[in-house]
Amino acid sequence: MKDMADGYITEDGRKIGGVMMEMKNITLRFGGVVAIKDISFDIREGEIRAIIGPNGAGKSSMLNVISGFYHPQEGEVWFHGSKRPSMKPYQVAQQGIARTFQNIALFEGMTVLDNVMTGRLTHMKTNMLQQALWWGKAQAEETAQREKVEKIIDFLEIQHIRKTPVGRLPYGLKKRVELARALAAEPKLLLLDEPMAGMNVEEKEDMSRFILDVNDEFGTTIALIEHDMGVVMDLSDRVVVMDYGKKIGDGTPDEVRNNQDVIDAYLGVAHD
Amino acid sequence: MTDQFLFGVEVVLNGLMAGVLYALVALGFVLIFKASGIFNYAQGVMALFAALTLVGIMEGQVPFAHLINAIFGTEIHHFGWHVPALAAILLTMVLMVFFAWAVNHFVMRHLVNQEPIILFMATIGLAYFLEGVGDLMWGSEIKKLDVGLPQGASFWIEENTAFLGSENFFGFFIDQLDIVATLVAAVLVVALVAFAQYTKQGRAMRAVADDHQAALSVGISLNFIWVLVWSLAGFVALVAGIMWGAKSGVQFSLSLIALKALPVLMLGGFTSIPGAIVGGLIIGVGEKLFEFTIGPMIGGATENWFAYVLALLFLVFRPQGLFGEKIIERV
Ligand SMILES: Nc1ncnc2c1ncn2[C@@H]1O[C@H](COP(=O)(O)OP(=O)(O)OP(=O)(O)O)[C@@H](O)[C@H]1O
Ligand SMILES: [Mg+2]
Repeated sequence: MKDMADGYITEDGRKIGGVMMEMKNITLRFGGVVAIKDISFDIREGEIRAIIGPNGAGKSSMLNVISGFYHPQEGEVWFHGSKRPSMKPYQVAQQGIARTFQNIALFEGMTVLDNVMTGRLTHMKTNMLQQALWWGKAQAEETAQREKVEKIIDFLEIQHIRKTPVGRLPYGLKKRVELARALAAEPKLLLLDEPMAGMNVEEKEDMSRFILDVNDEFGTTIALIEHDMGVVMDLSDRVVVMDYGKKIGDGTPDEVRNNQDVIDAYLGVAHD
Repeated sequence: MTDQFLFGVEVVLNGLMAGVLYALVALGFVLIFKASGIFNYAQGVMALFAALTLVGIMEGQVPFAHLINAIFGTEIHHFGWHVPALAAILLTMVLMVFFAWAVNHFVMRHLVNQEPIILFMATIGLAYFLEGVGDLMWGSEIKKLDVGLPQGASFWIEENTAFLGSENFFGFFIDQLDIVATLVAAVLVVALVAFAQYTKQGRAMRAVADDHQAALSVGISLNFIWVLVWSLAGFVALVAGIMWGAKSGVQFSLSLIALKALPVLMLGGFTSIPGAIVGGLIIGVGEKLFEFTIGPMIGGATENWFAYVLALLFLVFRPQGLFGEKIIERV
């Protein structure tokens, strides 16, 4: 059923659409190190797509290729049915692709509210001259954006720290603020690099719930990297498995779980 | 009140006003350093260049006249018109934006991820290049800059403060130009802070200053922000150039005001806007008061070195600057 070109309905009744993003034969090298070796896979409209694999497998590198931080030596990236030219990260962001980082990249000196507001930058239309000459209009826009941001802050349950400088927050909350900033962009595609790394069980449950809600309520397509197999099996519709830069599995959580290569390379190691 | 005390107050007032100008120059440094980690050695030359350009435009000077005359054997020097101060200031601002773009396009963007010392060297090169271009464009003679700012002592203040002391006290002697400079600088600082705090580009600027990667991920173009901060630094340089130039003429020594900003930065920290302002005021007041009280005992001319000694002492006891956070090495 996963092969239907224009989509399918999941067991829990969510509608998955056609292909949104397609990676074709991506190869990425750093000097002698081949981080990604000839990998192809796609991400469908509305799905939660997981990328898993042991340490150093090339997962983050793949996310960095999608978000324009790394530029592969070979291969093509297709987005919404057309081939994407080589782009800078800020251009990718402006196309509606938001992301979080494995090592959290927040504006530590700014408040939570200001951090999340930066997520709206791609949606703010007044230019600099207008801002300077027509203060009122700029302020009106600021207010409108502010409302959207407040909604996201409510949604992620971080109202109580709105005015706190991010640098003072504990790790778990930082991860949540980073998600809030990415969500503020109202992205078509959301890339999450280990959103639950370093969290305790309770925080992980919260984060899982948020990810599912984002996908469900806003229809946001999500690609995420995660080490916790339980989480991956619960959250994702389809999984790509990487090992030493190569793709060794691709399918539903069940398919992947029963794939012998995957068991050998990854699950076997992780569970014994 | 004793006259001696009143003279002291006058010294402090004059020190504050000198301090505002130091702060202004330091602010130009802070803007660029915060956003890109570049210590812009050329900031002082930018002030000189901006002032030269302003005078040149106002006087209707033909840019590169010497060069043109040498090549074509002509004898042109002036267009024969005069441009009003305000229009000339706007034109100079446009040129400073172009300069900012050129600096980024031809130099800085090729040096991304280089060591800070390399970037610093690049700005030294830039300073001498700009000095040469300024020379070639507008000539090297000392120029008078008159944008219509009031000059000379404010009689109003003198008359209305004379009653404070004895008949030997004639009231506070305060230069009107200093008062204007203080007001302009204050307005500029408030405008800059409002811009950084409340506008979209301002927020983007703060974002870039905080974390480049994160800034990219929310769709901010680093090149745009760099052109923006160099432009703002160019405006600040222009204002400093106007104030200094109106006071002592536009000449090469104008570029040395950058050296006055250094102790201010050591005091206020390289990344703090309030630090630059408070640091500027402390240095301004400090050096004037020192010259007034201790100066006569040790032969005067203390203003040349006092700022540096103060900054050095400060560095020893508070290396992170006035407003910087204490850096604790993680082990
Ligand atoms: N910027 C870089 N420069 C040089 N080598 C890099 C760079 N980024 C990644 N690599 C290398 O590419 C390989 C894959 O790294 P990557 O970070 O993509 O792995 P990962 O699957 O995300 O691992 P982890 O689970 O530890 O996060 C590693 O060998 C890494 O050292
Ligand atoms: Mg990784």
